[in-house]
Amino acid sequence: MIGFIGGLGRETLSRLMALGSSGVFLFHSIVALPVPRTGFPLLIRQLYSVGVLSLVIIIVSGLFIGMVLSLQGYSILADYGSEQAVGQMVALSLVRELSPVVTALLFAGRAGSALTAEIGLMKATEQLASMEMIGIDPLRRIVAPRFWAGFISLPILSMIFSVVGIWGGMLVGVDWLGIYEGSFWANMQASVEFGDDVLNGIIKAVAFGFVVTWIAVFQGYDCIPTSEGISKATTKTVVYSSLAVLGLDFLLTALMFGDL
Amino acid sequence: MRMRTLELGVGAFMLAGVIALVVLVVNVSGLSLSAPKESYTVYALFENAGGLTERSKVSMSGVLIGQVASITIDKEALKARVEMKINKGVDYLTYDSSAAILTAGLLGEKYIGISVGADEEMLADGDYIDDTQSALVLEELIGKFLFNKVNE
Repeated sequence: MIGFIGGLGRETLSRLMALGSSGVFLFHSIVALPVPRTGFPLLIRQLYSVGVLSLVIIIVSGLFIGMVLSLQGYSILADYGSEQAVGQMVALSLVRELSPVVTALLFAGRAGSALTAEIGLMKATEQLASMEMIGIDPLRRIVAPRFWAGFISLPILSMIFSVVGIWGGMLVGVDWLGIYEGSFWANMQASVEFGDDVLNGIIKAVAFGFVVTWIAVFQGYDCIPTSEGISKATTKTVVYSSLAVLGLDFLLTALMFGDL
Repeated sequence: MRMRTLELGVGAFMLAGVIALVVLVVNVSGLSLSAPKESYTVYALFENAGGLTERSKVSMSGVLIGQVASITIDKEALKARVEMKINKGVDYLTYDSSAAILTAGLLGEKYIGISVGADEEMLADGDYIDDTQSALVLEELIGKFLFNKVNE
């Protein structure tokens, strides 16, 4: 019994310590904003591997999600004779919810896990420690560019996801199912507000980008430097960031659309 | 050489982001980039403003001429007082114009339709439209219909 309580206390303390050290870590990597000349090439390299290389999966998923939304929406709305509202439905659900959330989930799987594994392996092969030995701050050199790259990429990817998804929805709705194109767009434009819908979606994407990359780089930096430790850290990245994104999405939605 | 392709790729990525934002703004949300139009305020009292919301459209013959600014209860008349912002260029609303709360389509949103009368005098800032027609409430409609059936 005593052992159980002691274990509970130890567990809580270690969780609290992890939270604290990740907070300190976050602060350091934000402060280490890439400076021009030395930092920008590093940032661009990371933007390429985190953002540009994620484009394919984002575009393909966006296209298919938009198409599926349009199909499903049509089959339900046609029962009420209001199939012109498909455009409105596809655009609102993509812009408000699906594109930030799905992009963040895909991003955690595609880029977040890679970040964790890369930093984790650097730690396991003692590259980070040797950097510190020769007087280079690994936070500034390795972690900060990756953090900023993820933070910048996710909102851009999310916007691209929305646009491609809406285009996919139009492809199915207008060209295939024969909804009149004019009412498809007119309904969409009448119901989507810039401030309420588009901007809130972007704010969500920014928040998710922050959380997902934070978790990814911290898990890599904090992992146990063995092959098993890296694999655990990578799994944790995907699990934690997916849960964090979904939970945060509920909170943000309640704040933005819940009339609180 | 390697660095150049990187920079090109990242540049194209950023550009795609900006284009996506522009498409979202202009094409999807239909935001007009022009500054908010100057307007003047006209009020109308309705028995029932059900379904009307702030920023609902105010239209005349189907053409957008303004929007609803606020909906409050008028304490003296105990009716819904709707404040409408009418675009400045619209200076041909006569004093005896009438305002009706209409529905766009069967399940669509509510909007205010204004029809112009024959008076010489025009509505000015702060005036009230006297002739109003309330929102159609389905329950009342059914109630009236049943009542008529019983009378027959």
